[in-house]
Amino acid sequence: MAISSKSQVLSLYKILLKESKQFPSYNYRTYALRRVRDAFRENKNVDDPKTLEILLNRAWDSLAVIQRQVAIGKLYSAQKTVVETEGMKKAS
Amino acid sequence: MFGKTVIRSIWGSRSAAACYRRKYTESAVSAAHRQKEIIKSRYIEKDELRPLYMDFQATTPMDPRVLDAMLPYQVNYYGNPHSRTHAYGWESERAMEKARKQVADLIGADPREIVFTSGATESNNMSLKGVARFYRSKKKHIITTQIEHKCVLDSCRILEAEGFNITYLPVQSNGLIDLKQLEETIQPDTSLVSVMTVNNEIGVKQPVKEIGEICRSRSVFFHTDAAQAVGKIPINVTDWKIDLMSISGHKIYGPKGVGALYVRRRPRVRLEPIQSGGGQERGLRSGTVPTPLAVGLGAACEIAQQEMQYDHSRVSMLAKRLLQKIMSELPDVVVNGDPDQRYPGCINLSFAYVEGESLLMALKDVALSSGSACTSASLEPSYVLRAIGTDEDLAHSSIRFGIGRFTTEEEVDYTAEKCIRQVKRLREMSPLWEMVQEGIDLKSIKWTQH
Repeated sequence: MAISSKSQVLSLYKILLKESKQFPSYNYRTYALRRVRDAFRENKNVDDPKTLEILLNRAWDSLAVIQRQVAIGKLYSAQKTVVETEGMKKAS
Repeated sequence: MFGKTVIRSIWGSRSAAACYRRKYTESAVSAAHRQKEIIKSRYIEKDELRPLYMDFQATTPMDPRVLDAMLPYQVNYYGNPHSRTHAYGWESERAMEKARKQVADLIGADPREIVFTSGATESNNMSLKGVARFYRSKKKHIITTQIEHKCVLDSCRILEAEGFNITYLPVQSNGLIDLKQLEETIQPDTSLVSVMTVNNEIGVKQPVKEIGEICRSRSVFFHTDAAQAVGKIPINVTDWKIDLMSISGHKIYGPKGVGALYVRRRPRVRLEPIQSGGGQERGLRSGTVPTPLAVGLGAACEIAQQEMQYDHSRVSMLAKRLLQKIMSELPDVVVNGDPDQRYPGCINLSFAYVEGESLLMALKDVALSSGSACTSASLEPSYVLRAIGTDEDLAHSSIRFGIGRFTTEEEVDYTAEKCIRQVKRLREMSPLWEMVQEGIDLKSIKWTQH
């Protein structure tokens, strides 16, 4: 993987995590963080530029979904769940 | 009423209540009243904490990706997908057909074999009544099992009243049907066999492929209620020789109020439609297809396909964690259903000497259920547990834990710890538990001799 694309991937990863942390719902937030981390980990050895491009495009699409859904979540947030104080420490 | 309260507060155990039940055969009304007394409905205050959700068999939260796919069709693209004369109709139709393909791809079907319905209940009704009535002039016999969902059993009751013969196959103590018995039950005039893929209460997975094989070789249609299985375990309608299959949207992180029915084209399965009207969905299910819901179901299916392996390994891991914690701390806990042939996300446990409802009440900050949501209002022990031969007492002390895509380790740990603590507490309060610890055989006691 070229240096430039590597830093591109890394910054996209960071944005995804940052946005995922914004989910007001405990379950959506922890899922988004977990899923983003696992997806990047799973594909960390991908070298093929074509596959990389597909994966990156998918990640950008996911980012847009997360941003929209975070906004909706904030409009209709609900009470916290009973494990949340614990969960927030671990998730972030 | 007074006597009941006293018995309850002194004993707090199911057997005592069972003894009470034998003394007075109650009407459904008083049973419902008693239920109200045990678990009162109460809304969560604004500054209160929400309970954890551990009831993924009842329904699942929508995946944010599903909502994201649906929203455009709730906002701007509101056309009737059956309108043929303008762009509003065409864009909705295209979205609906894409969703149809997404559903079909998940189960290895052709999009033309998918009919959108309002949910698995409607799909099950359509399959059973539809097939039975269409072939009624020659075939009068239908086979199903004792542990099917209420909507299948109730459809069968209706068919019985219409003059059909129904065989309700028993299941073995592990919850699985006996294939040999199924084969022997098939008659020349059997039109349909209906067996659910994954049971909603105990999570057992029937040998669907083998059942499909038997049905095909005997030229009997095979319907399976896969509401709890689709998107969670790999399903291929061709490999499994399934002729009809019910799918539910809200069990796979999709919207409520939508489902689908797979109807095989070759060899063709014919149904008498239940709903008449404009002839939508190839005349099988008239009524405008709700585009946003169909889009949501399609998106849920596509996501389920992508995430199946990831979800399955995670759900298995969490289920193992929950079971290990509970079983290592508590004696006399029974796992209902086959230990291997099962979907791991549905764990049904019986805590001996503890009353299920008392435990549910003690675990009020975890959303759990003692079985199916449809029957959770009744105090009768689950008919599924009765069918697998669970003792009356154990059937009353069962709780279903549902684990899903959004469950976290913290939630599992919290549930397990809370459950262990409360079971221990309730057992300490129970004279039955005390007697068992002293070595008294409860079965030898006559409870009703006064």
